[in-house]
Amino acid sequence: MSIKKVTQHPSQNEGLIFERSQTGRVGYRLPRLDVDETPIDEIVPAELRRDDELEGVPEVSEVDVIRHFTRISTWNYSIDLGMYPLGSCTMKYNSRLNEKVARIGGFTGLHPLAPEEESQGALELMYRLQEDLADITGLPGVSLQPAAGAQGEMTGVMLIRAFLDQRDGEASRDRRVMLIPDSAHGTNPASAALAGFTVKTVRSNSKGLTDMDHLRELCDQGGVAGLMLTNPNTVGIFETNIREICDVIHGAGGLVYMDGANMNALVGVARPGDMGVDVIHLNLHKTFSTPHGGGGPGCGPCCCTEELAEFLPVPRIEKAGDRYRLNYDLPNSIGRVKAFFGNFGMMIRALSYIYTHGADGLKEATETAVLNARYVANELKDTFHMPYESDCMHEAIFSHKHQTRKGVHTLDIAKRLIDYGFHPPTIYFPLVVEGAMLIEPTESVGRADLDAFVEAMKDIDREAQEDPQLVIDAPHSTRIGRLDEAAAARKPVLRWQPDMEATAKSAS
Amino acid sequence: MSQIPENVRYSKDHEWVSVEGDTATIGITDYAQSSLGDVVYIDFPRVGDKVAAHEAFGSVESVKAVSEIFTPIAGEVTEVNEGLNDTPESVNSDPYAEGWMVKIKMDNPGEADGLLSAVEYEEFLSANV
Repeated sequence: MSIKKVTQHPSQNEGLIFERSQTGRVGYRLPRLDVDETPIDEIVPAELRRDDELEGVPEVSEVDVIRHFTRISTWNYSIDLGMYPLGSCTMKYNSRLNEKVARIGGFTGLHPLAPEEESQGALELMYRLQEDLADITGLPGVSLQPAAGAQGEMTGVMLIRAFLDQRDGEASRDRRVMLIPDSAHGTNPASAALAGFTVKTVRSNSKGLTDMDHLRELCDQGGVAGLMLTNPNTVGIFETNIREICDVIHGAGGLVYMDGANMNALVGVARPGDMGVDVIHLNLHKTFSTPHGGGGPGCGPCCCTEELAEFLPVPRIEKAGDRYRLNYDLPNSIGRVKAFFGNFGMMIRALSYIYTHGADGLKEATETAVLNARYVANELKDTFHMPYESDCMHEAIFSHKHQTRKGVHTLDIAKRLIDYGFHPPTIYFPLVVEGAMLIEPTESVGRADLDAFVEAMKDIDREAQEDPQLVIDAPHSTRIGRLDEAAAARKPVLRWQPDMEATAKSAS
Repeated sequence: MSQIPENVRYSKDHEWVSVEGDTATIGITDYAQSSLGDVVYIDFPRVGDKVAAHEAFGSVESVKAVSEIFTPIAGEVTEVNEGLNDTPESVNSDPYAEGWMVKIKMDNPGEADGLLSAVEYEEFLSANV
C-alpha cells in the first residue's frame, strides 16, 4: 500500500448544524418542575428577550450534535495527525504528559482570586518557570503575564519606552524611532506604533542578514529608541553580527528588543542576554510545546535585563524565604497587561516540557530542530530555488522561481501538498522573498517523515514541470477543492442566516 | 509583461502619479498589483491628512499580504477612491484608471517631474525584478 498520498476517509458529507435542524426536535428532557414557576418577566425584562421564537437556532438531538461535530472533526488536520511544517510557528508535538499535569485537580480547581497562602503551589510553579526562562534567555526580569507573542512584544516595547522616559525625561520625546528589519513579523511594527514609536525599516543584504551600513546610517539620523530584531531572523538565518548590532544600537542610546518567535533554534545553545539583547518575548505556545493554532490560548512571557525589571507588569511573583507572594507595589511598573496572572494553564504545560527534557534535553531538541531543517534544505536545494546561500537554522526558505515558468506558484504547491497528506508550510512570508515557502519541520519529526515530505515536494516539482495544471487545480483529495480566497475576503459571509440556503440556491 | 502607460510618472515603490494642475492622482502600478495578487481591502488615509513624500499613507491588503502604499509626493489628501471599498478588484483589473487610490493637493507642483518616466520605470523593473 502506498502511503505517499491521501485517500478519502469514508464518512458522510456534513452540512452546517443549522441545516440539520428539525422543528421541535430537542436533545434534552428536563425533570418535572417541583417548585412554583417564576414568571419570565420577573427574571429577564421583555426588552432583553428575543421575540422571534429563536428562529434559526438549530433544533437537534444529542446524537445529531455528536455526529455533526465528530464528522467535521475528522476533516481537520492537526499536529497529532502529521507533520505541520508551518515556518515561524514552531508546530511541535504537544506531549500528553503536559496535558496530564495541567489537569491536576489542585491547578484546575484553583480560583484566581484565592488568597496567596492557599495558592502557594501555583505561585511556586510560576516562580520556577520564571527562573527557568531567565536562565534560558540570560535575562533575569520575567513577567509571565502577556497572553501571546504580540502582547509580549507590546509589553517589551512599553518597557523600552518607560525606561527611556525615566532616563531622558522630557528629551525622551525626541527619541521615538523604532528600527525594524524588512523581514520582520508584521506584529513588530504594529506593537511599536501602538507604543507610540515611529517605524523605520532596516534593509537586509543579499545574505539575508541585517545590512550593517544601513543600520548605522539610520542610527546616525538620531532619535533611535531601539531595534526590534528576530534572531534567527524570519528567513531562518542567524544574525551573526548580533553583538555588533546591539553595540550600534546601544551606542546610539537605544535598546534592543528581540522577537523570540524563533527561540526554538537557540534554547540551551545560545542566550539572547549574552548577545546584548535587553528584552525579549518568548512564545510558550511555540518553543515550549503548549498547544496553539485554533486551540490556544498562547502565552508570551517577557524577559528583560535587571535594568528594565522595575518596569515589568504587576503583580510580580516573588520569593520570601520559602513563601511566594504577589508584589503589586512597583511604582514604575507599566501596569497590568492581562487579567489576573496570564494564561496559567500554558505555564503548567511549559514547565512540564522544561522538566521533561532537562537542560540537556532542551539542547538536544534545539539541535534536532536545526538538523531537521537543514536536512530538508539540503535535500530540496536542487529542486526548489533557495534565495539565500547561508546555512539555515530551524527553518528553511525556498521560492517558487523554478516552477513559475510553468505557471505554478507557491500557493499551488502549498495546495498540492495537502493531497500528499501534509499541512502546507508558511507561504508568502517573509515578504522580502517573492513566492516564499518557509518550512519548519521542528524536532518532532523523524527521518522517515522528513523523507516522505521531501519526496512529496520533489513529486510536486515533477508534476509542475510535466503536468502543471494538476498542481494549479489542487487540492484534488479534499472534500472541497480550491476555495476562492479573494471572494471570501472581499465579500465575507460571517454568519448563517435563515434565508441563506434559499438565496444560495436561487443564485446558482 | 506589465502595462506601463506613458502618460503617468512612476516611483521606485511601484506607485504611479498622474498630475492635473496642482492635484496628483496616485495608484499602484500593474506590476505592483500582479505581485500582490488579488486585492481585498485598501486602508486609505483620511481626507485632509497631510502626507510627506516617501512615507506610507495607507496599505493594500491582498490574499497574500498587507503592503504599505507610499506617496511619492507631499501634500494634502483631497479625495480617496471610496468605490474601492466595494470593488477592490478594480486595483487588479484596471490599476491605472478605476483602481486609482488617492488624490493629493501637492505642496510643490513640480515634485512629480522628479519621478520616473515610463521608459525609466521599465528599465528599473527589468534591472531590479
